Amino acid sequence: MRIEEHPILSFKKGPKVKFTFDGQQYEGYEGEPIAAALHAAGVKVLGHSHNLGRPRGFYCAIGNCSSCLMVVDGKPNVRVCVEKLTEGMIVETQKGKGDLV
Amino acid sequence: MINTEILIVGGGPAGLCAAIAAAESGAKVTLVERNDSLGGQLEKQTHMFFGSQKQYASIRGIDIVGILTKELDKYNENVTIMLNATVIGMYEDGILTIEQNDKYMKVKPQAIIVATGASEKFLTFPNNDLPGIYGAGAVQTLANVHGVLPGKSIVMVGAGNIGLIVSYQLMQAGIKVKAIIDAAPKIGGYLVHASKIRRMGVPIMTGYTVKYAHGKDALEKVTLWKLDDKWQPIPGSEIDIDTDVLCISVGLSPLAELLWQVGCEMKFVPELGGHVPTRNEDLETSIPNVFVAGDVGGVEEASSAMVEGRLAGLCAAKKLGHVLPDYKEQREDCLGQLNDLRSGPVGEKIRKGLEQLIS
Repeated sequence: MRIEEHPILSFKKGPKVKFTFDGQQYEGYEGEPIAAALHAAGVKVLGHSHNLGRPRGFYCAIGNCSSCLMVVDGKPNVRVCVEKLTEGMIVETQKGKGDLV
Repeated sequence: MINTEILIVGGGPAGLCAAIAAAESGAKVTLVERNDSLGGQLEKQTHMFFGSQKQYASIRGIDIVGILTKELDKYNENVTIMLNATVIGMYEDGILTIEQNDKYMKVKPQAIIVATGASEKFLTFPNNDLPGIYGAGAVQTLANVHGVLPGKSIVMVGAGNIGLIVSYQLMQAGIKVKAIIDAAPKIGGYLVHASKIRRMGVPIMTGYTVKYAHGKDALEKVTLWKLDDKWQPIPGSEIDIDTDVLCISVGLSPLAELLWQVGCEMKFVPELGGHVPTRNEDLETSIPNVFVAGDVGGVEEASSAMVEGRLAGLCAAKKLGHVLPDYKEQREDCLGQLNDLRSGPVGEKIRKGLEQLIS
């Protein structure tokens, strides 16, 4: 859910863009973090733990903790809490640890 | 290889003030910031600052960024700003490595000021990894910077200043705050913040901690329980609260990886948030020409981070021969401001912590 009215802040948003998350189409604002766009659309589960498969969301939202790693445009281990959304981005749940190359 | 006299790692309140002071002194400064804008965590701080006028008291954090960047701009012939740039290594031979837009660079400055800040601590309880359990600062970023609500309602763990301030700001954003809890028997933050929240009808439950988090794919409910005077949980005191967000605000730990890597002498000082570097009064670490400023040297408020930044900037510049005519007065002024900020009962913990560090 997005904040529509705020007593102190006004939010400068970029143009609306489309992106896909695990094959499904979503909308967000250009330049906002991927995690913010997903959260606004109700997606909290960004991945699963390697060994026990437990659901994972973000924790710090500023690029410190690596709880939010996903595959973005084919590149694994992207911290989606700080990676900015662009038109047509392909965001996928990461399985495993991701390859270096 | 990039050439610069002073490299500053981190463009938050400490790094910005370090850059201003060093550049004003006449040093060539490179400021490296991993975000796409300067200001660090000031960008989400909608509350007005405390302290005195010199630390921008009664100005909102979000507005202090503009004041500092404008001041920095006065010395732009001495300053290079690198945004979207992360320092990823700091080596014993004085070389640092930087990644910017997938490019890898090396730099060998004559002095370094590390102002990397701190990261949020975590709390141990069953299911603490469920989505919906977030750092208080994370939720503040989501709501105040990106305009997205973290959920429908929250329970805040921690009644220190961050827990209190973020709870209030979430209410401003339209979220129901169901309770603020703290394991300590007393509210840790300023009572002026706590009173404001109590007046809005939110309970602040001291002597409580989290027993269990419930939910399948994301948080649905938390079970709290009361602690006795020996901090042991009391069976039978459990309370369930339905909530989709639990905020953890139990302190910060310094982001000191670079200091470890380069071999600074470190000490574990719980009062300052964890492992912190030993340093002299000028904020120079055990490695000559490596300075620290702000939370990386011990977790405090942004107000003291800004003053430490100025102090480190002045002193690093002086070491390289760039001495302001009123250097002595400016240095004394910084030390005086830090003393004031750390005075009284509120600063007792910080004073105790720093005693163990300063040589």
